[in-house]
Amino acid sequence: MQSCREKIPLMIHAFRMLMAALLLSAGSAAASLTIEITGAGATQIPVAIVPFRAEEGLAQRITPVVAADLARSGLFRTVDPGGINPVPHEPEQLDYAQWRARGAEAVVIGSVSKAPDGRYDIRFRVMDVVKQTQIAGFVYFATANQLRLTAHKIADVIYEKLTGDTGVFATRIAYVVKRGARYELHVADADGYGAQSVLSSNEPIISPAWSPDGTRLAYVSFEQKKPIVYVQSLTTGGRQAVAAFRGSNSAPAWSRDGRQLAVTLTRDGGSQLYLINADGSGEPRRLTSSNAIDTEANFSPDGQSILFTSDRGGGPQIYRIAVSGGPAQRVTFEGDYNVSPRHSPDGKSFTFIQRNRGRFNVAVQDFATRQVQVLTDGGIDESPSFAPNSRLILYATEVGGRGILAAVSSDGRIRQRFTADVGDAREPAWSSVVNK
Amino acid sequence: MKRLLMALAATAILAACSSTPTKEQDGASVEDRGGAATAQQQKPQTQPTGPTTTPLEPKGVSGNPLKDPSNILSKRSVYFDLDSNIVKDEFKPLVSAHARYLQQNAGQKVTVQGNADERGSREYNLALGQRRADAVKQAMQLLGARSEQIETISFGEEKPRSTGHDEKSWAENRRADIVYPND
Repeated sequence: MQSCREKIPLMIHAFRMLMAALLLSAGSAAASLTIEITGAGATQIPVAIVPFRAEEGLAQRITPVVAADLARSGLFRTVDPGGINPVPHEPEQLDYAQWRARGAEAVVIGSVSKAPDGRYDIRFRVMDVVKQTQIAGFVYFATANQLRLTAHKIADVIYEKLTGDTGVFATRIAYVVKRGARYELHVADADGYGAQSVLSSNEPIISPAWSPDGTRLAYVSFEQKKPIVYVQSLTTGGRQAVAAFRGSNSAPAWSRDGRQLAVTLTRDGGSQLYLINADGSGEPRRLTSSNAIDTEANFSPDGQSILFTSDRGGGPQIYRIAVSGGPAQRVTFEGDYNVSPRHSPDGKSFTFIQRNRGRFNVAVQDFATRQVQVLTDGGIDESPSFAPNSRLILYATEVGGRGILAAVSSDGRIRQRFTADVGDAREPAWSSVVNK
Repeated sequence: MKRLLMALAATAILAACSSTPTKEQDGASVEDRGGAATAQQQKPQTQPTGPTTTPLEPKGVSGNPLKDPSNILSKRSVYFDLDSNIVKDEFKPLVSAHARYLQQNAGQKVTVQGNADERGSREYNLALGQRRADAVKQAMQLLGARSEQIETISFGEEKPRSTGHDEKSWAENRRADIVYPND
């Protein structure tokens, strides 16, 4: 049983202050994303989230964010906590019979108070309604602008304790929004809240990729009238062109240690994979040598190999090559068009786009069994990427002629749609880092 | 201190965020090959009793063959069939004309921009567009242009000329364009 723990990382605090400052100085706030969910898990865990003592006075209430996170996952059914007097905030105040009668398996209670140093003291417990014991309990110390993040972390704890899986509520996504002739690169919380534009341009932006530590984004920008790979720091806003060679430069993918990028360069004639330093120093090391198109590299979780798209066999298929070089092995064998591979963080599978009779859909292939499961039927799906818990896949699609983001669970049951207020959203990427 | 930090941050993000169009480099000066703007006018010889002659004014105001609508050099686009990067016969005269122009103007550089239709992966389409640009470059090299004179890049599906979602639009976007610096 874990005891209370405190979480105040100065860096994230400084980052959020800076981002708030940047938001103000960058002019109008970016549009937010609204998320709707369809489908549900095979089983839904009924949980009651009781409003925390003294949270109604906060600028950002905690329990509504927790409840929304859990509901959005499709794995929980929130039980109505209202109409119980007095409202329980401590275990000894709980009448378990009442909660059993409402069908809840777990009930979450908590309270908010002021710590001596002026921060908020937020403590909560997850209680097992049947066993009448505590499943988990934590204390967080947070400033006012960390309240939402704290709520996400609470939702993560509940999710983990009750499903056994890692929660991803305290994560971030990046994506591109096109509004008329304007392109913007956005970073938002995984629930769509707080979207901020980190790059605004008159020319296209594609292929954003998060550094493993979540502090940088690599992307391709056409602002110089040809594709060039940039690395931009999310903490300073500064950026650097790291691949601007003769010809086209694209498809950046981070190595596990965040020090290298695999990129697609055409400098030697033909689209081939190269490794470059993420700070742009040194010379590229060529990784593939084919007379075909080799592109869309993606590092494995153990950092030893790379999946990529190649049409060396005629049509585009997915291959694997060791980072140290050598021959490439083909890994997809179904159909004539398989592209855009992304490893699952647990290393067991990869997601990709498969074309079938002219329709492009998200699929997953298990490395061990080679079994393929097609997860979507949108027909115009692209850019799939895994959430850090390997359970959800984020991708881009179109509905009613508008570009939107969507997510599907790895078993295909749960579906979410993320719609931007204005414009077309595309090219999503899920950060692999849980916000600290 | 916070103000300074904000100002610095603002400058950094605005510098990062703003996108100023890159000024096109002035290419090497274009040699006039067609009718020159400074064509000498011949005064007709006056003959009291014979017919008078008047020279025909040359067509084309600027005399720049790259911009002269009646010159094949003013055409820049090579179109491709589905799943193909073969330069079709109908575009050989166009490619040949530009290759010859480059051969005759050793300092002239061009960019060939490849495009692809919207279907499928953006990065794979970027590579398909690149392949088309490379096919045009190779054809030009065979006809006398030097490799250093031609850079090939791709826009993939990102800058379509036609934004429809039908075969007609897709065909328009399966295209490579030969672009001169002052275009």
